[in-house]
Amino acid sequence: MNEARDRMLKEVMALDFMAIELNLYLDTHPYDQRAVMVFVDTARRAKMARENFERMYGPLMASSSNSFPWPWIENPWPWDVQ
Amino acid sequence: MWVYEKKLEYPVKIKNCNPRLAKYVITQYGGPDGELAASLRYLSQRFSMPIEVAKATLNDIGTEEMAHLEIIGAIVHQLTKDVPPKVLEKEGLGSYFADHDRAVYPVNAAGSPFTAAYIQSKGDPIADLVEDLAAEQKARATYENLINMMDDPDVIDPLRFLREREVVHFQRFGEVLRIVQEKLNEKPYFVKKPDFMNVSPAAANMGPLTGVSPVSNVSPAAISPISNVSPISNVSPAAVSPASMGKPSFVSPAEAEKPAAPFMNPFSGVSPAATGKK
Repeated sequence: MNEARDRMLKEVMALDFMAIELNLYLDTHPYDQRAVMVFVDTARRAKMARENFERMYGPLMASSSNSFPWPWIENPWPWDVQ
Repeated sequence: MWVYEKKLEYPVKIKNCNPRLAKYVITQYGGPDGELAASLRYLSQRFSMPIEVAKATLNDIGTEEMAHLEIIGAIVHQLTKDVPPKVLEKEGLGSYFADHDRAVYPVNAAGSPFTAAYIQSKGDPIADLVEDLAAEQKARATYENLINMMDDPDVIDPLRFLREREVVHFQRFGEVLRIVQEKLNEKPYFVKKPDFMNVSPAAANMGPLTGVSPVSNVSPAAISPISNVSPISNVSPAAVSPASMGKPSFVSPAEAEKPAAPFMNPFSGVSPAATGKK
């Protein structure tokens, strides 16, 4: 297992999770302006972390696959024992 | 629609196989309070939700439950990968192995296959949301049972994460239920009938019963016929002068939603002095 890859992926996961949690909160608090600002900032950071990861280790989404041969199919898949 | 992301919502890295644990954890994959049931429940119920907040919350929590289903699947997969059939049999997974090898299949802890009878989708937002609140509590309790039986921190860690998510979802559903009830209890009268004050106390008492929801947390003050029209609970019907009664007046929705300020008033001509008391 690749520790550097792991660390970068965890950063993406942590930021994406923050975005999920803020998203659910905002669903029932749509007028919380501060939370909207935190969400926008989190989403921006998550996007940067994702792009950094993908440059190094390949696509996290099929739509960001941009090399040949088709890199989307490559292991590891999320449930694989590593 | 959905788009797949090639990662889990929370990491699962189990170093030691342990089919005994897999046999129990799989109930959160295909059991009555599991993630598949949760996901199908919310994603089905969302179609008949009446307001934006409810549609969004059911949609987004239903989506998150799919990520949880994947986490449970990963745990079961990693706990059973390459375990010899003899060991599986000894650990109580013999019948499972006969039908499914080490594949992940939605069953409960006792091996019964998943059924849609685990969920309901009623077309009644209060009925559905109250079921959702119960579902989150049952799922939380199940995770606690599982955590109490586990002895591997690699398994306990993601289960703790999932348990916490149930608590957050319960909170969000509680907020949605409150907002939906408030919406359903609104009486959007913009023009008063001239005789609207002639409501007998007996009829006033019918208020909460004729409301949409029997479980509304309406305070006694809010039950009076007047406050059904506006939230001014400090104006008693008796104190309103008859002179004000013949004239229909306009109450904007914005006004009707404001809490009882002394003078946002659908009863034109009623002053605080005229009401006699506060």
